[in-house]
Amino acid sequence: MSVTQEAMHALMDKPSFWKRLKISDWIWAALVLAGTAYAYLLYSHAMDVYEQGFLLASAPALITLGWNWRAVQPLSLLITAFSLLGVWLYSGNIVNAETVFGLKYLFSSQSAIMWMSALFVIATFFYFGGLIANNAFVAKTASVLTWSAVIMGFTGLMVRWYESYLVDPEFGHIPVSNLYEVFILFCLITGVLYLYYESRYRSRALGGFALLVISAAVAFLLWYSFERGAHEIRPLVPALKSYWMKIHVPANFVGYGAFALAAMTSSAYLIKYYYSNPSRLVAILVPSFIFTGLFIWIFARTAFGKTPFEGSMLSLGLNSAGIAFAVTLLLSALAVLLLLPSTQKALPSLEMLDDITYKAIALGFAFFTIATILGAMWAAEAWGGYWSWDPKETWALIVWLNYAAWLHFRFSKGWRGTQMAWWAVVGLFITLFAFLGVNMFLSGLHSYGEL
Amino acid sequence: MKTARPTSTRLLDFLGSMNLAIALLVIVAIASAIGTVLKQNQPYPDYEIKFGKFWFEFFGSLGLYDVYSAIWFLLILGFLLLSTTTCVIRNTPGILRELRHFREKAQEKSLRAMHHSASFTTTQSAEQIQALAQKTLKSEGFRFRTHQENGTSVVAAMKGGANKWGYWLTHIGMIVIFIGGLLDSKLPIMFAEWSGTLKPETRNIPASEVPAISQLGVNSFSYRGSVDIPEGRTANIIFLPVRDGYLVQRLPYEIEVKDFRVEHYSTGQPKSFESDIIIHDPDLKEPLAHTISVNHPLIYKGTAIYQANFGDGGSEVQLQLNPLTKQYAPQTLTGNISQDYNLSSSTEKYRLELDNFRLFNINPVKNDKGEEEQKNIGPSVIFRLRNAAGEAIEYNNYMNPVVIEGRLYLISGVRKSPADPERFLHIPADQKGSAELFLAFLNALQDEAFVRKTAIATTQSSMGAMQNQQLDNAAVENQIVDSMVRLTQVFATKGFDGIMSDIEARFPENQRAQVSEAFTKVLQASLRGVYIDLLKQRGITEPKDSDWLFFDDSLNAMANLPFYGSPWYIQLKTFKQIEASGLQITRSPGQDVVYLGCIMLTIGVFLLFYVAQRRIWVLIKPLESGENEIILAGSSNRNPHDFDKYFQRLRSAFQTVLTARGD
Repeated sequence: MSVTQEAMHALMDKPSFWKRLKISDWIWAALVLAGTAYAYLLYSHAMDVYEQGFLLASAPALITLGWNWRAVQPLSLLITAFSLLGVWLYSGNIVNAETVFGLKYLFSSQSAIMWMSALFVIATFFYFGGLIANNAFVAKTASVLTWSAVIMGFTGLMVRWYESYLVDPEFGHIPVSNLYEVFILFCLITGVLYLYYESRYRSRALGGFALLVISAAVAFLLWYSFERGAHEIRPLVPALKSYWMKIHVPANFVGYGAFALAAMTSSAYLIKYYYSNPSRLVAILVPSFIFTGLFIWIFARTAFGKTPFEGSMLSLGLNSAGIAFAVTLLLSALAVLLLLPSTQKALPSLEMLDDITYKAIALGFAFFTIATILGAMWAAEAWGGYWSWDPKETWALIVWLNYAAWLHFRFSKGWRGTQMAWWAVVGLFITLFAFLGVNMFLSGLHSYGEL
Repeated sequence: MKTARPTSTRLLDFLGSMNLAIALLVIVAIASAIGTVLKQNQPYPDYEIKFGKFWFEFFGSLGLYDVYSAIWFLLILGFLLLSTTTCVIRNTPGILRELRHFREKAQEKSLRAMHHSASFTTTQSAEQIQALAQKTLKSEGFRFRTHQENGTSVVAAMKGGANKWGYWLTHIGMIVIFIGGLLDSKLPIMFAEWSGTLKPETRNIPASEVPAISQLGVNSFSYRGSVDIPEGRTANIIFLPVRDGYLVQRLPYEIEVKDFRVEHYSTGQPKSFESDIIIHDPDLKEPLAHTISVNHPLIYKGTAIYQANFGDGGSEVQLQLNPLTKQYAPQTLTGNISQDYNLSSSTEKYRLELDNFRLFNINPVKNDKGEEEQKNIGPSVIFRLRNAAGEAIEYNNYMNPVVIEGRLYLISGVRKSPADPERFLHIPADQKGSAELFLAFLNALQDEAFVRKTAIATTQSSMGAMQNQQLDNAAVENQIVDSMVRLTQVFATKGFDGIMSDIEARFPENQRAQVSEAFTKVLQASLRGVYIDLLKQRGITEPKDSDWLFFDDSLNAMANLPFYGSPWYIQLKTFKQIEASGLQITRSPGQDVVYLGCIMLTIGVFLLFYVAQRRIWVLIKPLESGENEIILAGSSNRNPHDFDKYFQRLRSAFQTVLTARGD
């Protein structure tokens, strides 16, 4: 009997978490701890007790993350190496950004962010190319490009953090303080979340979908930077000078990123679902493209005014209708390509798409809940009340309620499939309004990212 | 025959139904959106202007100006609370059952029908299999119970009950948040207002004159209001905004503002706002001194004191009134911000209302290269000038001259109402940054004798150059001088528009273009003549390019004067700034309750999403052949993907171990 039990044990027994750790994992942990300790010794005098707490807590968080998803290890080491290189190249002189080769073309925050932008856009094409041509090598290249984009983007943010102190020690702040900076954060977090699901589900078929939304964000980022000079480092308004910013904003963007990802996997779901029923597909795709076009048109008109890009380097004679038309055309072309049988074969199963959508929404919801709560706590400290029905707060609540309703449908009613996929897509528009629309159309206490 | 269910059960079913809950979530979302589209709690006249009388009243009756305190909105929230509570109460027994019951009496048929189900036969004895299953499941972290019936035994195991705790924590957490919010809500005020014991004040009167019916005592349970306290002054009340009025809330202590400071970055943008305050309270042995700043409130006696904003606390300003037409005399005035002054030395009576003083003005200014950059252009005084008819124009006059594209200007912003965009009068300033030369030029143009004298000189010199022409010199000369003087007068009082309307009044349409060309030449000659004479008086005999730029700028400014609306250009000469600190003071006893709810909610969400409740059944059934059949079944309420793998591993482990020994 005992032999049986032992055999059973041997078969069931998965090595415990600790036993599964390799030497490299322990080296990684040691590096993170050493880095944190070094940062603490170097900068703790400039931080308040909460910020010191965040710094110390970030070490076990990063170690755990790296142990559970090993790709984080080389990722963060490369980001650290590049960031330190950037800092070293600056050697305390902001003017070096224009004169030192390594900064001008690679590691100054502006250059790194341009690299990130370019790499994300190129990766989008590669992902779709790999999917449509059913070519593993192309898709793998896309993965490498995305990883590179993430590395460059995070390096850009880290270096920007340092640059803000170089511009003026009093300006120094973590680069999550305005719309330009959080857009970068959005691209990066959405990218990292996607890469996680890519490795977890061992499928690169969804890369194009996820990166489509990132590319759209990149387009906005470039416009915002070239047209409005948004990349300029500006000092913080007094209300933002708080340790809360360091946790509230990133938590929020894990939420936004995950919701965006869920909407994109849902799009893939819908395309796959309607593939078997082409006439219905046309009936649904056409109005949804018209809707998208209309949305972009209104958006572009509001953001750019009647004659966008006039006299700018993006002066292509485009107007808002032109942008909307071009985007709609692009999406339609993409939809046609995605309807090729080979593409359909490469797309993951409906169950898997549904599962990823749920996971993304659950993760987004959890972080969005935390972010909103942190926001309320910050508001209690800065504005004198944890809830003021300020437009941004209210729209955060609306987004939260929307996904809460979605989750209720799924948990309690067991809804799956197309309705839920459509809902997740619509959810992105609601999220987008909370994230961007509120800053554009509504004014309130929370107006840090004016357009 | 069906028996009708009692109404109470049906009501409970309705309240606890998922459909109602989801519908309410969506309704709350939509209702909240309304309040973000329409800006809340603005001054009521603004709404009236925006919507017109009828819609203003209609929207007002719907409570749209303060949606989040509107009865209907609170009712929806109340309904959501009721629905959530009912839901929790109704689901709790089921969940308790789910947690307690191992379902060890599960039928063979239902186990076979499960999505995760497998069966195989083994020669092992039932006892051995049972022991193996129990030990294995135990080591896998399951709790189990064994049941035997008719020779068949079932080992029923489960784990991950924390998932159900997630349900309670999230939902009860939401209820707790609601209750906390309720503690801090305006409900008591709304009730008192409804019962008639409280009435918001709408008049703009000193706090000491506010009647008792608009006041709240020191023992109010919760409040959130604000007060502006000038430096060196004390306050023991705050104002609570209520729709288009306010209530006066008494504080259990007095706050003195010793000093208010704004620190600035090198760019001129504000870096920090902070106030040194002193709390005076009989309960304190000695007054409590503390510095508050944005993000760093002071908590005292259950209230929190925040640095919310700042304003002028009655700065002293010395103003010089430079007349723009000669019937007014220059004068100086010393006054305080937020006071009114009568200006009587004029044919028309004006009232000067000093509104605000700003020490810093960060404005976009064009530099030498014509690029706009943010610059601090120094102090300004904002005032309204109200005429006898009660119409007011608002001015924002900057103290220091500003360099725009290399030239100096004194700037005055003007607008008819706060809704209008501000327009600017650019008065050219001389090298010393003073308006003296411009004003002298303006005065000279209005001085008929001076204009005539230069007109005669100008005409004679130019006529002298045309001696050979056969003209009645004296008559033409007089005519030209007369029109020079007249046009200059018109221009100096009514601008170019005055001249255009003069032409329109006196000439038929087909002659106007020609006449206006001629008039422009004559006027130009006269203006230049006066300007040259003026410069000569100041020792400048040969005007340079810069002097002619000044001339052009002066004419531009004069052309705009008729729209300026003020008979004076009012200049800020000196000031003594007194600031007021805007404090927000809140008492929110519900805050900790809300935070407790938030913690419950957060923990609950993670349990709900990331802990799966898993069940495994091992049914052992003796077969006629003497072997035993094993049915392995399982279920998980989360993460089917992972459970698939887990179940496969479990199945193959059982199968390998049990069937290998039997062979």
